[in-house]
Amino acid sequence: MNDVMAATGFDVARIREDFPILRQTVRGKKLVFLDSAASAQKPRPVIDAMVQAMETQYANVHRGLHWMSERTTEAYEAARDAVAGLLNARERAEIVFTGSVTGSLNLMAHSYGRGVLKPGQAVLISAMEHHSNIVPWQMLRDERGIELRVCPISDAGELDMAAFEALLADGKVGLVSITHMSNVLGTYTPAERIVALAHAHGAKVLFDGAQAVVHRKVDVQALGCDFYAFTGHKLYGPTGIGVLWGRRELLEAMPPFMGGGDMISSVTYERSTWAQVPHKFEAGTPPILEGIGLRAAVDYVQAIGYPAIAAHEAALTEHALARMSAIEGVHVIGRAQDRGGVVSFTLDRAHPHDVATLLDRQGIAVRAGHHCAEPLMHRLGLESTARASFGIYTTTEEIDVLADTLTRVREFFA
Amino acid sequence: MSGEHESGGTMFDDLRDLYQEVILDHGRRPRHMQRLARFDATAKGDNPMCGDRVQVWVAFAPDGTIEQAGFEARGCAISIASADLMAETVVGHNKQDARALFASFREMAKTGACPDCAPALEPALERLKPLSGVHEYPSRVKCATLPWHALAAALDDVKEATSE
Repeated sequence: MNDVMAATGFDVARIREDFPILRQTVRGKKLVFLDSAASAQKPRPVIDAMVQAMETQYANVHRGLHWMSERTTEAYEAARDAVAGLLNARERAEIVFTGSVTGSLNLMAHSYGRGVLKPGQAVLISAMEHHSNIVPWQMLRDERGIELRVCPISDAGELDMAAFEALLADGKVGLVSITHMSNVLGTYTPAERIVALAHAHGAKVLFDGAQAVVHRKVDVQALGCDFYAFTGHKLYGPTGIGVLWGRRELLEAMPPFMGGGDMISSVTYERSTWAQVPHKFEAGTPPILEGIGLRAAVDYVQAIGYPAIAAHEAALTEHALARMSAIEGVHVIGRAQDRGGVVSFTLDRAHPHDVATLLDRQGIAVRAGHHCAEPLMHRLGLESTARASFGIYTTTEEIDVLADTLTRVREFFA
Repeated sequence: MSGEHESGGTMFDDLRDLYQEVILDHGRRPRHMQRLARFDATAKGDNPMCGDRVQVWVAFAPDGTIEQAGFEARGCAISIASADLMAETVVGHNKQDARALFASFREMAKTGACPDCAPALEPALERLKPLSGVHEYPSRVKCATLPWHALAAALDDVKEATSE
């Protein structure tokens, strides 16, 4: 345990007790869950909050004139406050709930892309995006003639900042939509520099924070960005709820994405008017229970505290890189200086899917494949990788089990 | 785990039904992994979920039977071995038999057996039997069947197939 963890009282054994699923065995082996970057496990407070809401105070929100609906509305809107606190947003109105990060990015591509950007302008992404931050912009490009630019990365997996600035130089980029942390390479992008350069060239900045927000404190005001997207299920919360934070004045200038109930001010057959932000972007019955679960997850993470989480995961990542690099035939993919707890790797003479199947037999869950980042795989000259990813409940011993087992996997395919 | 010092051989003993020696061997050293210089049909197979890709080439003899089959693939040991064993097994079969063999093989890959398969195909199916272990690994069944989807597409003169 390092100094930060000691100072903050971080106790991984205690934390693991909060996650009932970690007591499971898989194929007769102790579960070693190293796939949190795909979706994280849920702590007891999240499970309890959702169950308790269903058992004691559930109704639809924003419409009932009865006790149940009022209580549920309060609980749901309190989730907005919790997320606003998590991101240090100025106010709850800047927190839009969606279904996922994909939902948040599609909202941006539709509302900002079609409503604010103009044909001839460009959107700038990077060469290490998830498909969800590529495809919506491709669709926008093909429909609206908005150019899609891609900033290259180095072989180590870091953003080429000289190229980034060059791609902004002609002033046509209206929006930089870029990962805050790569789901494949673990790379943290230099958020403050990205924002400074983008703003200097007249572009707004949207971060895909699906991975980043899990591992480090994100303060949108300190970053200076304009939009930030993340999802509940990677932050130890439920599936089915995503977040889009945006500066209020920018959200207000954007047209709605989906139409329906809850997003209107008034409706006649001639015309409808829109509700205030954030409700303008939340058509239909929202993810009520998921919001309540997300609030519990945010509270849980905040109670542990990001300094301790970041220190724990930095120690794990350092240990994993050291152990895995020492295994002959194992190649860690991505060597960024600033990185989080995601380690992609390949093994000589063995396909990542075969590696994953063998690891699974020992109770070790990793992901294998292209990780929804095919263009990045092409850039790296790979078809796929295996990926171990860490969470607050991951232990050094689990990484040792992975490394020891990988040595045996190598022998199996030798 | 530390202290037990299991070797790769014993630690994964229960995986030997999936990774039989013949599969590891054909996965490592495929005999038919080549684009045919002369061919009559070809098709690609694609599994977008995992990124496996295969292309199959087929040359027919004058009597309509498959004279030679070859493939190029990127994928796991299971998919390479399956493609290689397929290329080996379909030779001498006409289109109809090759399709029937695919149907039987798919049944075997999904369930571990093919009780109703045609007696005439049994020798060929016996050769493919080392792959039947995939039925216990639902996420890997498509690895084994993808090359056959591509073959079926080639026989039907369709350019591309996916293992749905």
